[in-house]
Amino acid sequence: MNVPDHLRYSDSHEWIDPSDPSAVSMGISDHAQAELTDVVYLELPEIGRVVAKGEAIAVIESVKAANDIYAPIGGEVVEVNEALAEAPEPVNEDPYGGGWMIKIKASDSGEFESLHDAGSYREQIS
Amino acid sequence: MLPFAGWEMPIQYEGIVAEHRAVRESVGVFDISHMGELVVSGQESEAALNRVLTNDLAVLAVGEGQYSLMLNEGGGVIDDLIVYRIAENRFFLVVNASKIQEDVEWLRKRLPAGVSVEDESATFGALAVQGPEAVSLWQKLEPSKPLPPRNGVFEYADRLILCRTGYTGEDGFELFSSTAAIGDWFDRFIAAGAKPCGLGARDTLRLEKGFPLNGADLDLDHTPLEAGLGFFVKLEKSPGFIGQESLLEQKSAGLSVRLAAIAMTGKAPPPRHGYEVRDEEGEELLGVLTSGSMSPELGLGIGMAYLPIEKAKTGTALSVMVRERPFSARVVKKPFV
Repeated sequence: MNVPDHLRYSDSHEWIDPSDPSAVSMGISDHAQAELTDVVYLELPEIGRVVAKGEAIAVIESVKAANDIYAPIGGEVVEVNEALAEAPEPVNEDPYGGGWMIKIKASDSGEFESLHDAGSYREQIS
Repeated sequence: MLPFAGWEMPIQYEGIVAEHRAVRESVGVFDISHMGELVVSGQESEAALNRVLTNDLAVLAVGEGQYSLMLNEGGGVIDDLIVYRIAENRFFLVVNASKIQEDVEWLRKRLPAGVSVEDESATFGALAVQGPEAVSLWQKLEPSKPLPPRNGVFEYADRLILCRTGYTGEDGFELFSSTAAIGDWFDRFIAAGAKPCGLGARDTLRLEKGFPLNGADLDLDHTPLEAGLGFFVKLEKSPGFIGQESLLEQKSAGLSVRLAAIAMTGKAPPPRHGYEVRDEEGEELLGVLTSGSMSPELGLGIGMAYLPIEKAKTGTALSVMVRERPFSARVVKKPFV
């Protein structure tokens, strides 16, 4: 499974890119997309919505089931990947690239530290 | 793994869509050992079974099978099943896993002494090998054991039973053998090129063809006429079958609901079992989805629901409620694919 070193990961398999706290990209991990398989629908939040860490922020549907996606950090939704609403395939094909879902303006960048680094996430999914 | 009628069942191996496509385009194998196998035998078994099943057994020659239903007095569906005539006075019934006990009790109470009902479910394992290449795969593996014609059954030595039936809408067969032997058969089919398929693909394949699932699309509150299965109900059969009078009354009064095939009309979340079906405006509640999924072949959400008869006409505009929002849908013809 691909677990890039520069990202951080939640227990519920979301990733964030912590490099820009004013627009923190998030998506789901390679492990998560492989478990879901065949993502067919994605419901993304409204821009401007304020979420707390751990709150359900999006819904992802595979042929198998609908699953919530949780905000790995608290903050305000500043951008969503509209292209995925039309065609969600990049979530499976390129989960850390074209499969990014949401950008959040972090309310507390201290929360980043509560997430797994790549090494610890690799242990969790092994 | 998903707990299902006391079994741990794989939902998927590689993925539902890949498995679904393998069955439509080449060949896949499902472990269906959870299914129930009953053997009904005795001098009067044909006449006796004909009084508890809706289809007409009298037309079956030895080696032939048919889809049939077992109803209660009110015409509600206890179970749907396939019955094969394996000898003049011996029938092989393949029933739903969750209904084995209920079916056996129902049959034993209603069949006369002299007709025996044996529950062989624990001693049989079963596989469904399905897809356009299923038959050639079998011929390559076992050239000396021909497959029966469509809907037929051949019984071989060592408790091997081959049925030319399935639940996918594709050609293929179902293999029943002792539980000890079934794992080897599974491995041989995989080695010969069949893709292992789980419950997920089994559901999308059957739903695209509009085949009902008992416990979801069929239940005690609905009759086979309402479910659109009138073809398998011989109302003119005499002597009759349990539930026949209720169905005759329902037919003469006219149906008030019907199991409608519903397709989403655009980009929408997949409809799922239990979602509400409302009118076009998303206001009046008309029914609830008994089945629903994304159709891998159509790339569209599809489902079924019992709807008031005037709303069950092909083309009727509807909405399906997903997370409290209405999404456009319409009634379409079965099968979806």
